[in-house]
Amino acid sequence: MDFTLKIWRQENAKAKGRFETYKISNISSDCSFLEMLDQLNETLVDKIEIPICFDHDCREGICGMCSLYINGRPHGPDDDITTCQLHMRKFKDGDTITIEPWRAKAFPVIKDLMVDRNALDKIIQAGGYVSISTGGVPDANSIPVSKKNSDLAMDAAQCIGCGACVATCKNASAMLFVAAKVSHLALLPQGKVEAKERVLRMVRKMDELGFGNCTNTGACEAECPKSITLTNIARLNREFIFAGILSEDKY
Amino acid sequence: MTTLNSKIPKGQLENKWTGYKASQNLVNPPNKRKIDVIIVGTGLAGSSAASSLGAMGFNVKIFCIQDSPRRAHSIAAQGGINAAKNYPNDGDSVYRLFYDTIKGGDYRAREANVYRLAEVSNNIIDQCVAQGVPFAREYGGLLDNRSFGGAQVSRTFYARGQTGQQLLLGAYSALSYEINNGNVQMFTRREMMDVVIVDGKARGIIVRNLITGDIERHSAHAVVLATGGYGNVYFLSTNAMNSNCSAAIQAWRKGAFIANPAYVQIHPTCIPVHGDYQSKLTLMSESLRNDGRIWVPKKKEDAEKIRNKQLKAKDLKEEDRDYFLERRYPAFGNLVPRDVASRAAKERCDAGFGVGNTGLAVFLDFASAINRLGKNVIEERYGNLFQMYEKIVDENPYQNPMMIYPAVHYTMGGIWVDYELMTTIPGLYAAGEANFSDHGANRLGASALMQGLADGYFVLPYTVQNYLSSDIKTGAISTTLPEFDAAEKAVKDRLQGLLSIKGKRSVDSFHKELGKTMWNHVGMGRTKESLEKALVVFKDIRERFHKELLIPGTTEGVNIELEKATRVEDYIDMAELITTDALTRNESCGGHFREESQTEEGEAKRDDANYMYVGAWEYKGTGEMTLHKEDLNYENIEVKSRNYK
Repeated sequence: MDFTLKIWRQENAKAKGRFETYKISNISSDCSFLEMLDQLNETLVDKIEIPICFDHDCREGICGMCSLYINGRPHGPDDDITTCQLHMRKFKDGDTITIEPWRAKAFPVIKDLMVDRNALDKIIQAGGYVSISTGGVPDANSIPVSKKNSDLAMDAAQCIGCGACVATCKNASAMLFVAAKVSHLALLPQGKVEAKERVLRMVRKMDELGFGNCTNTGACEAECPKSITLTNIARLNREFIFAGILSEDKY
Repeated sequence: MTTLNSKIPKGQLENKWTGYKASQNLVNPPNKRKIDVIIVGTGLAGSSAASSLGAMGFNVKIFCIQDSPRRAHSIAAQGGINAAKNYPNDGDSVYRLFYDTIKGGDYRAREANVYRLAEVSNNIIDQCVAQGVPFAREYGGLLDNRSFGGAQVSRTFYARGQTGQQLLLGAYSALSYEINNGNVQMFTRREMMDVVIVDGKARGIIVRNLITGDIERHSAHAVVLATGGYGNVYFLSTNAMNSNCSAAIQAWRKGAFIANPAYVQIHPTCIPVHGDYQSKLTLMSESLRNDGRIWVPKKKEDAEKIRNKQLKAKDLKEEDRDYFLERRYPAFGNLVPRDVASRAAKERCDAGFGVGNTGLAVFLDFASAINRLGKNVIEERYGNLFQMYEKIVDENPYQNPMMIYPAVHYTMGGIWVDYELMTTIPGLYAAGEANFSDHGANRLGASALMQGLADGYFVLPYTVQNYLSSDIKTGAISTTLPEFDAAEKAVKDRLQGLLSIKGKRSVDSFHKELGKTMWNHVGMGRTKESLEKALVVFKDIRERFHKELLIPGTTEGVNIELEKATRVEDYIDMAELITTDALTRNESCGGHFREESQTEEGEAKRDDANYMYVGAWEYKGTGEMTLHKEDLNYENIEVKSRNYK
């Protein structure tokens, strides 16, 4: 298969970016999207040009590192996958493909297609945990959890922190990301103890870091590679309002 | 010269760890605040060690190469984590988990370390549940278990097919808590380039900031390497693209020994290779072997028809199928350990019964499980794995059997450590997959997660503290010491040296060449000839690498080719280590199969009289190394030949 690629190039955080056009041919339809970019980079290196910089690591859809905005969609034209799981068979021979970095105020571009998503870690550091240290915990089976809540918690806990929800949101909101962590812990007895403080601290941090507000467009749910649902945002709102009323720690 | 002292505590096996803890030296809280610890790597071992040592009061600095600590490749572990809880009441115990691990490792692991691992396994599950890790549960609200290879009990805790993810996110949450408390400082997008030794002790590291390109100095009273394994030497493996063995190789060049490098785990159930452009292989969890049955056609002509797509797998009659694991190993069937399953698949494919385009694949079939349990149950158990398979291969595994083939997955060998997880360099520790300690010659499924977390949560916090008790008066280590100057200069010279080659070949082209040689000559079947040949090739690759390498750009800012170049240069050393160790070990054990050493039935044949030792290699200059032996003594287990029939 042959493709024309329009790729965002930007030397560093301060430089002005631009689209560059590249041609690539003889790509197997079984090839993954990132392997296609690997092949492009090999041709660039052979010409002593600077290869295209993009984040990637596990290449099996779980580390959350890959982050390409392909033809106007985070992780490209397939559902429930990350960029590294996208295969060229999803495109037509001769297609022109536009590749951009995640774009959000809270995710500044580092170089080319690589962005800084440190803000997501900062939100977790503000409260996305059960405040315990190692040792002194009870026997695992002394904390029974209903299968239903355990399954719902797992649904939410599957978030890989890739930031597709932020990239696709017209407000660049991190609501789905925050909602996934708040839900995961609020659904479990272990997380209930400090649920009120957690939600207030995480939401406050999200706002501080320049993420936008949620206007319920649902784009995040549509593009989430792990199918995290909007129900979690509803649960986050419920937890937030409840905490706002009952907690001494005001937002 | 260095002698290998494993520092195993005296006393009965079951009292060794308790005894150690009772007599270890402690550091009081105000003194802990005066002591710095560096941890490299944020996988299960690194994150759990950092959060534990941080909570104790030490000043911890932790480093990772990715943009966030949550990306470490522990995240990709699928199947589960073992523990001796005996919740299913099926006869499990600490002793049984210890026994299975020693046996699974083909009697090449240290008894005392493995017993401690089994002992703390239960604490890990308690800790993770308290953190909110959503393990699978029964309707009554209690934890569910499943079986894994090499065990006859159900002792594996799991969170769907994403156990590694959930455990890592648990450790990451504990780490985040300590970062918020100010006890741990996080440094992302940093790659360790060297370890700094002052007066014979590890006192810091040199890192490259992967964004700015700056070379930074960081000092501490102790350094922990939790940097994972070396599977990517093979280029194609189930490891992540950034997983590398450079930290281990830097430590090796500074005097740490590397033990048993030949023990590489080839995992039987991976998606087969399909093209030259391929960058990695994807694992299909071992848990699938609970319900999937592995087979190839009985007749060569059927295999050929399937390869040429003239016959569909599902149309082949039951009596024409060879369920070769069930046939060869009736007691364990499809749940034999990984090394055994991998070799059996290779044997069938080499004999001409393989399927897929290349003939290098076997079927993993769920038809009978779907008939027995229904599609819903299978979907609930393995839904995400089936989806992953379909996205890659473009075939529906509910309708057609999966095709799988072995691939490099995990490395049992690694940095030599004593009972305290300290390397041969005082103050330098290695944890998780980076060390060699607990899995012998073959790791059992669901034991990597257990070991990583055992080291980080429950072993290092004790042993590192014991060492640091002698450092309470040392004061902060200065980064302006001449040793730091020298180490930084060496790193800068090395990078400039690679950039100034200005040849014509990319880093990846060398890595692929190295990987192919490893797979073909130092892979699942090894012979004296293949290994000797490989060593000649590696020498040649190293020479050409230093003449023909081409890296565009400079040392400033992001330079992805430069990052890969130092790693590949280190892979060449690791390739020689693996191969030299494999050549020296003229026996078959676990993941190391010397074709010269097999039984008439083609099973691995150990040579306990000559090789019941840990082979630890000391660096003696480029391409040179000497062997030190640590004898293995089995006082609590009768050494037998491993039998899964």
